[in-house]
Amino acid sequence: MREWQVNFALVAIMAGFVGYAVLADEPFLITLATRIVIFAIAATGLNLALGYGGLVSFGHAAFFGLGGYACGILASHAQDYVPIFETPFLIEGTNQMLTIWPVAIGVSAIAALAIGALSLRTTGVYFIMITLAFAQMIFYFAISWPAYGGEDGLSIYVRNEFPGMDPFAPMGLFQVSTGVLILVLLLVWRITNARLGLALRAARQNAQRVSAVGIRPFGVRLTVFTISAAITGWAGALFVDLNKFVSPSMLSWEVSGEIMIIVILGGVGRLFGPLAGAMLFILLEHYLGGVFEFWKILLGLALLTVVLFARGGVIGLLVREPRNG
Amino acid sequence: MLDQSRGFGDQKAQMTTALVLEQLLNGVQFGVTLFLMAAGLTLVFGVMGLINLAHGSLYMIGAFACASVAAVTGSFWLGLAASLAGAAAAGALIEITVIRRLYARDHLDQVLATFALILILSEGTRWVFGSFPLFLDIPDLLSGTVTLPGGTPYSLYRLAIIGVGLAVAAGLFLLIARTRLGIRIRAGESDREMIAALGINIDRLYTVVFALGAALAGLAGALVGALQSVEVGMGEPVLILAFVVIVIGGIGSIKGALIGSILVGVTDTMGRILLPEAFKLMLDPAAAIATGSAIASMLIYALMAVVLVIRPQGLFGGGH
Repeated sequence: MREWQVNFALVAIMAGFVGYAVLADEPFLITLATRIVIFAIAATGLNLALGYGGLVSFGHAAFFGLGGYACGILASHAQDYVPIFETPFLIEGTNQMLTIWPVAIGVSAIAALAIGALSLRTTGVYFIMITLAFAQMIFYFAISWPAYGGEDGLSIYVRNEFPGMDPFAPMGLFQVSTGVLILVLLLVWRITNARLGLALRAARQNAQRVSAVGIRPFGVRLTVFTISAAITGWAGALFVDLNKFVSPSMLSWEVSGEIMIIVILGGVGRLFGPLAGAMLFILLEHYLGGVFEFWKILLGLALLTVVLFARGGVIGLLVREPRNG
Repeated sequence: MLDQSRGFGDQKAQMTTALVLEQLLNGVQFGVTLFLMAAGLTLVFGVMGLINLAHGSLYMIGAFACASVAAVTGSFWLGLAASLAGAAAAGALIEITVIRRLYARDHLDQVLATFALILILSEGTRWVFGSFPLFLDIPDLLSGTVTLPGGTPYSLYRLAIIGVGLAVAAGLFLLIARTRLGIRIRAGESDREMIAALGINIDRLYTVVFALGAALAGLAGALVGALQSVEVGMGEPVLILAFVVIVIGGIGSIKGALIGSILVGVTDTMGRILLPEAFKLMLDPAAAIATGSAIASMLIYALMAVVLVIRPQGLFGGGH
């Protein structure tokens, strides 16, 4: 099969799943589909850094959680009618997604700029351990900072608003999330075919040669790492709207691992790999987890099999052409 | 603890010194347990070039082996032996079945495969032992306290952990510097093809090194298991701290692991005590405790960031 055929099939399966949920009047399945879309967005962010850039970030939960907390904090202030700051100038909370998103994206991007500037000084195994450690730092900060619920997390009682979206119907958030996923896929596709993406791939293959033609790999990598984190932060904000709840568990290392598993199961460096991986992961979690309490043993065995014997994930298995990156 | 030391006199200074000394020892004890974890990780990375996320699971296996054997036999010491044997056996088994296939792979594959091992081992342990934590009692021989200079009583068991950790550190240095196995380990670090060509069974060497690291992790788990509860997921926070230690100390360096561990242990413990006190000078007590403890939880990562800026390869890192 060609890669576009697999991508088309993935979209058709998603559409069929949601169509069935609507016809059978199963709102829970729409929520499940929304979960898939949101994790696909988060993993698309990681795929940009990991798949195309070879930057194995084990700390993307930090950005997922920061986006989530940006959403949760703004929404909780809006609900309680308490401003966030009064001095030196007044900042109030908001329940408008169109205001929340830029904040979530901005906060994750700023954090990624700082974390990336430090961790990209190193490569390889150091980079993996350092991104993991910085994510853990933000996790412990969220636990010990009592203002926004600390370990217990923070609930928002009503879903935030988006123009024209019904905040009480699961379909509304599914459509909004799908719109975001399409935008993000277009952005990643655009980046990987632009000068930045070409420089990124070249830097992964041979950083010295890239330097020799006058491009600093550090700057390219930092830019991509920041964009990657911003996308994952956006997904975090949507995830909090889905669950109407944010807690430090969004920042935990398991979440970093899960986002990474989604990228790998789907296919590293494939545009639709994260969607394939998210579909597989969430549906396994739901259906297997319903039958067998310790389903993560099977997930671990599946992951081990993919890593040891079936490199390239779902899309790599189905598509014969080598990946474009 | 505060109330006891207040009884010894009104001098606040004396109380503070005693408190600081006590926390310093707690920090060293914490650091020493981190060392037992970090030493195995750094050895495995140095010799085999492998990043092993499942090292935290071996820590957990050691703690569970110790707690369950101690519960059945009533002897902590048999439990301790079981933790060493159990973790080493689990390590050897994992190395032969999975890890061996990963040496030639890139770090991403290593991370994913060892992450898969965490899922399998953690959920497997939950399946066998259930979700409730096990408890492990401090052995009678070590359950008392000793009196520190300044009059504060201090747990004998924690002192014993410090002693064990330092003894292991000394033993590792001797092992690597003075024994035939140590010579092979050092040779393996610098040129694996060459030592294979010299007729050394490199597969067996790697299994032995991995099992040695696993045994140290299991020992750490068993020792800490008597201070905290023994539960699934106890290994990973320690594992990530051990990563911080290795980043600070430099990958592949046992000396770096030792100094990094003590540095991280003491910084973390002292930060949690001193920062809230320091903030009390500026803020009201409740806000000071909240701010101080939130910042204290980030202190070791700030330490790591500083080391990265000054020496990206770590304090004692070569050029891996």
